[in-house]
Amino acid sequence: MLMKPETEVGSHRHLLTSVRRVLDSDVAHSFFASPATVLAALVTLLFVFMAVFAPVLTSYTPFNPSTLDLMDSFIPPVWDANGDPSHLLGTDDQGRDVLAAIMYGTRISLIVGLCSVLLSLLIGVPLGIVSGYFGGWIDSVVMRIADIQLTIPPILIALMIDGVTRTVLAGNLHETAAIPVLILSIGIASWPQYARVVRSGTLVERNKDYIAAAHMAQSPPYRIMIGHILPNVIGPTLVIATIGVAVAIIIEATLSFLGVGVPPTSPSLGTLIRIGNDYVFSGEWWISLFPCLALVMLVLAVNLIGDWLRDTFNPKLR
Amino acid sequence: MANFIVTRILQSAAVMFFVALICFCLFRYVGDPIVNMVGQETTIEDMEALRQSLGLDKPVLVQFAHFIAGALQGEFGISYRLQRPVSELIAERLPATLELVFVSAIIALTLGISGGLLTGIKRNAWYSRLVLALSLVGVSLPTFVVGILLIYLFAVTLNWLPSFGRGQVVDIGWWSTGLLTVSGWKAIILPAVTLALYQTTLILRIVRAEMLEVRRTDFIKFAWARGLAPRSVYFNHALRNTLIPVITVTGLQIGSLIAFSIITETVFQWPGMGSLFIHAVQFADVPVMAAYLVLVALFFVLINLIVDLLYFAVDPRLRMSAGH
Amino acid sequence: MTVLSIERLRIEFPLRRQVLVAVDDISLEINAGEILGIVGESGAGKSLTGASLIGLLEPPGQVSSGQIRLNGRDITNLTQRELRKIRGKQIGAIFQDPLTSLNPLLTIGRQLTETLNAHLKLQQSEAKERAIDMLREVGIPAPEQRMSSYPHELSGGMRQRVVIALALCCNPELIVADEPTTALDVSVQAQIILLLKKLCLKQGTAVMLVTHDLGVIAEAADRVAVMYSGRLVEIGPVGDIVENPIHPYTKGLMGSIPVIGAHKHRLAGIEGAMPRLDDRPHGCAFHPRCSHATELCRSQQPKLTAIESSERKSACHYNDEGKFR
Repeated sequence: MLMKPETEVGSHRHLLTSVRRVLDSDVAHSFFASPATVLAALVTLLFVFMAVFAPVLTSYTPFNPSTLDLMDSFIPPVWDANGDPSHLLGTDDQGRDVLAAIMYGTRISLIVGLCSVLLSLLIGVPLGIVSGYFGGWIDSVVMRIADIQLTIPPILIALMIDGVTRTVLAGNLHETAAIPVLILSIGIASWPQYARVVRSGTLVERNKDYIAAAHMAQSPPYRIMIGHILPNVIGPTLVIATIGVAVAIIIEATLSFLGVGVPPTSPSLGTLIRIGNDYVFSGEWWISLFPCLALVMLVLAVNLIGDWLRDTFNPKLR
Repeated sequence: MANFIVTRILQSAAVMFFVALICFCLFRYVGDPIVNMVGQETTIEDMEALRQSLGLDKPVLVQFAHFIAGALQGEFGISYRLQRPVSELIAERLPATLELVFVSAIIALTLGISGGLLTGIKRNAWYSRLVLALSLVGVSLPTFVVGILLIYLFAVTLNWLPSFGRGQVVDIGWWSTGLLTVSGWKAIILPAVTLALYQTTLILRIVRAEMLEVRRTDFIKFAWARGLAPRSVYFNHALRNTLIPVITVTGLQIGSLIAFSIITETVFQWPGMGSLFIHAVQFADVPVMAAYLVLVALFFVLINLIVDLLYFAVDPRLRMSAGH
Repeated sequence: MTVLSIERLRIEFPLRRQVLVAVDDISLEINAGEILGIVGESGAGKSLTGASLIGLLEPPGQVSSGQIRLNGRDITNLTQRELRKIRGKQIGAIFQDPLTSLNPLLTIGRQLTETLNAHLKLQQSEAKERAIDMLREVGIPAPEQRMSSYPHELSGGMRQRVVIALALCCNPELIVADEPTTALDVSVQAQIILLLKKLCLKQGTAVMLVTHDLGVIAEAADRVAVMYSGRLVEIGPVGDIVENPIHPYTKGLMGSIPVIGAHKHRLAGIEGAMPRLDDRPHGCAFHPRCSHATELCRSQQPKLTAIESSERKSACHYNDEGKFR
């Protein structure tokens, strides 16, 4: 059901029929049958679009202090009596346009989310395959570390790693290295779940006949692992990774909110919420609320897609 | 069974040793502890004297033994930032965090288990779908966003509940409790709900998933075929068989509450260990970080031990295999 | 006296794209004290027929037409509440795997007494006494001690005895036994079948014995119904069917009758496989595998018709010639 191998693709007609087959397949049907998933996909696309084309979509440059004017600060959203049509969602304490800040903030949030999941995959998938394939002490060591790490919430691990690098790196260096450090912290904090899934998949694949055949053909282990096992175990891993992106975005936002993530000079959604949080009491609710909404919508959309993927491709987990 | 418990206690001790090692390395090798402890104008001779008095000139193994000995007595040195013994700081702030975690755990367990049962039994009812959809929203709402929204709604707009602090506290020995005063209860509602929300949704989802899983088993079908009442099938048969995975996950979640309290305490300016820790991270206050890490690890290990013991209470198969 | 009578039962699975008919046009009767064996390959619809009697079809499966009568009372469209009074009380069920039929976390005694209490108004002590009697009845040694045992402390055969005790403890009029011996050791299978036979004879219980094990059928059943792809192809007294089958499918089945428990030879001797539910051929569903199939078989579905001068029925266009082929 996951992927049917296309035996003959080439002629235009074949392509058309395979497109039609995809559209007519159970997967496509279940996608279009779930309006929430379709909506979530649209919302996700919108956010990605906003993040990628932020410099085109808005003329404001909220990361550049020299273009900011304090005279513009604390303008409420446009529907308020004191609103300004050139600032749809108002401005913050520095005179930054909130909408533009959200666009650029989404950019940072998405970059950190995607890169840290990628890093987790880069650590977790090889470790999972190797420990599943070889077993023995490698397996015990890797899985024991994963077990211990899984009992500690990733956010705490990321906090610790961030705290340590903060101590090691001098003040200025830390500021510039904030985003890579964040990716590193979140990436290291979340690898065990991928290693686990990949390992259990590898254990199943390892005993199949085609692997035995590959053994017989004297294929070296690395080729069996990369060529045969990896393609078969990566599907469920990517499904989990989708939800992992949502989790990573939340962790990034939380760290930034706590003031140990992205610095205010190039704010992510979490940093924006942190900045705005100081003004919730004085009535400037929009500075914090709109980034909050953006963050929740983005995470919810990614989660919905992840949920749908999981239900569709792995109904047993439902 | 006794064997099993001894093994688990030894394993827990090993984990604690490992954590202590990490903390020691943090303390010893991340920055120079002496430079961090003293002011700018201290002379090199004075620093050397301090180094000697703290035993930091001795071999690393001796230092580590010293560290362990200190940790066993609850001594983790002096906070760089506050220049006070870490043990004192922790003791001041422990009650606030534990009370917060306790109240949230009760909320999360009650709502999570009952919601999971409801949605697992009536899986196609409209309210089950609603609860499930809400739970997805709950997973997608970062804790701090929930906190901000609750503050905005109940503290700023409605002005019903306080948005920060613990309210009035009563001292019982060294333990200061907020659970004996009205203002204390008012103050704990918002942070406890905030902290519980995420865990509630996770517990709800695992209970539901396990209920759906166990409903497909033969012994549930057989229970129906024997003509038992739904109440009996769901509670005596189904729920009981979901308990093991549910206890496992719930145990982990309660452990996570302690870690997540860092966020809640920051949002609500709750004077607990979490806010102490986050300041320690911001100011690279390594002794406090190390002590916090050891303490949290200790909680995790204790919870895991309790979870293991609960397994025995629930499952007769374990009692037998461990007893023989 | 007829305990169970099924008339033109049809079970459907309405799916998104089509409606799958899993059981079609089944009619049969079971008398008090009689054991009716239902045989067929897996997927023939025999277990579904059993499950439909006690309203335990897995959704979306449903009885779409036909009638099920228990002692003359129509129980086809009862509510769950009404069905609950029948399950365990009037119809007992035995499932395939005794290892998974019992709740691993409750004692044997608890599972017996809760079943008794669900249906009969008994004092706690009476229920306990009756439970012990029941365990003794099914041949469990030291029943008083076994009351406080957990399922995992018993062997597979002992567990199936407990399951039988659970099915029979409220003196039901009918037992639906779905593959009661399949999961057991060969040496235990015969004992369980004999026990079931003995107890049902004693209590006058009717039994629907669903199995694919012809050895079990030959050993235990009074009459046999053969199912193929959701339909009855032959029904009649066990001796006739085993020794002188009429329908080509039954002939294939009886090709070599194995001794009880010898799984390996079962249903051997027929080329090909049963069609999938969504891929039934026109005419007689068996024709692609039948060596005697003709144009008539390919175009028209045969009806189940009585065979002259016997108590049998068979669904083949060539019933009469069948004997001579």
